[in-house]
Amino acid sequence: MTTVRSPERRLAAEGQRAGWDVERVRRDFPLLARPVNGRRLVYLDNAATAQKPRPVLEALTRFYSEYNANVHRAVYTLSEQATAAYEGARAKVQRFLGAAEAREIVFVRGTTEAINLVAQSFVRPRLTPGDEVVITAMEHHSNIVPWQIVCRERGARLRVAPMNRAGELLLDQYAALLSARTKFVSVVHVSNSLGTINPVPEMIRLAHARGIPVLVDGAQAVPHGPVDVRQMDCDFYAFSGHKAYGPTGIGVLYGRAGLLEDMPPYQGGGDMIRSVTFEETTYAPVPAKFEAGTPNIAGVIGLGAAVDYLRALDWDQIAAHEAELLSYASDAVASVPGARLIGTAARKAAVVSFVVDGVHAHDVGTILDQEGVAVRTGHHCTQPVMDFFGVPATARASFALYNGRDDVEALAKALVRVRQVFAA
Amino acid sequence: MNALGELYQQLIIDHNRTPRNFGSLEDANRFAAGDNPLCGDRIKLYLKVADDVIQEIRFEGSGCAISQASASLMTTAVRGKSLAEALNLFNAFHGMVTSPPDALPNSKALGKLAAFGGVRAFPARVKCANLAWHTLRAALQGEPQAVSTE
Repeated sequence: MTTVRSPERRLAAEGQRAGWDVERVRRDFPLLARPVNGRRLVYLDNAATAQKPRPVLEALTRFYSEYNANVHRAVYTLSEQATAAYEGARAKVQRFLGAAEAREIVFVRGTTEAINLVAQSFVRPRLTPGDEVVITAMEHHSNIVPWQIVCRERGARLRVAPMNRAGELLLDQYAALLSARTKFVSVVHVSNSLGTINPVPEMIRLAHARGIPVLVDGAQAVPHGPVDVRQMDCDFYAFSGHKAYGPTGIGVLYGRAGLLEDMPPYQGGGDMIRSVTFEETTYAPVPAKFEAGTPNIAGVIGLGAAVDYLRALDWDQIAAHEAELLSYASDAVASVPGARLIGTAARKAAVVSFVVDGVHAHDVGTILDQEGVAVRTGHHCTQPVMDFFGVPATARASFALYNGRDDVEALAKALVRVRQVFAA
Repeated sequence: MNALGELYQQLIIDHNRTPRNFGSLEDANRFAAGDNPLCGDRIKLYLKVADDVIQEIRFEGSGCAISQASASLMTTAVRGKSLAEALNLFNAFHGMVTSPPDALPNSKALGKLAAFGGVRAFPARVKCANLAWHTLRAALQGEPQAVSTE
């Protein structure tokens, strides 16, 4: 996890700059070699989706060209190979997250589906009128709307733990929200629009002290460093493959085995049953109970390859590198006349959200794109965060392990162009 | 001129910075709102129509330079025009921004509005230029509920 805590730490990061070889890692990502609008691509929209390393692309091609078959069904060789690769990837994800058992890993479409699964299958049956679900002020819409749906249906109330102007969670106010009425807590690990790293272990400890189970939305955390669900002690953890250098359309829900076992299925269909008659169906054990229908086999195998790729990297070096990029980019953006950072938490991932006075974020985005710089502009599916800061939208540069100082310099140069166009 | 210069022409930058006919209209008899929720552009349009002519038009809104300049220029273009003339302008404008980038705009019909021809090189921004015009059409056709061009 990229963390900037103190000047001393920042200095340590600078000392390690030589440690992480950006040029070498870039060669693993074929897409980064393409030009955009006649310029070198400067891809700074990693919080939306990351580019894919060659081993992931090769795993997808190999599956489709060498052993494509449905899983868990047939007795022929191809199907056995596909099943072995599919279940092998589950074991890889289990180790990646530090889960106790492979069956605690449920494959879903992405973080959104993981949260909806827990909302519908775990929380909905437990909610009665007057109960409460607690989230934070910096949630992505995917960790707001699923709770609104179940709360409305059950007459429960959604409570929101506030943050300060830096975009940091107010831990004491979060603690004060937890009560006997609280039936569930669902919190974002790293904010996608602010970059804030939340103190999830402490938040979980506070919830568990009252017997409240906790889901952590890890979509923006997993791409920036190792996560250990047992050390964190969360009950559920969700992330998307495509933000972690894997394919789109595949994600992971980790859940404690005991909780998953108690939950009813989310969808019915093939592959999730033990036996079916027209009178009665017995369900398969977890995780198959939650994986109805033919799964995204290629996506799972590709995710397995992404996890292998990530596990082989030196994360201390990457964390130092990303912390340095964050500090360099924050200074570069803040030095542009009229530019203001949105999200200045002390503990931050390498995400730089900003607004430019008198220039709408979409105009910033269009001008940057002409310079080859890809950033996200808009509300980032966090409209309540935009409302809190009183801005309609921000431009957001989000960094990954293949970004370097040259990318920050290209961003800074392109921002000068924004000022030129709008000064005309 | 390069594509960016074509998009952010002086006229557009100027209307974004100093929008014309900005504000609400107390005696408006036509109204419509436009909203592109994904990008956050918003337009409210107030019109006073009498004898089939747009006597007065004002707008309120927030959003990108293209959306706000388009609304501002539109109000200057349709003020004093008959409803039929305004709808013809809608068609001419819509036709221009959705035509291939190399097609020549009908500058005789469009006048200053031809400045928005540069948006054709930026497909993601066509909806910004179009929002005010679709809102106008909704107002003229008596459909005050929010329109969207996303």
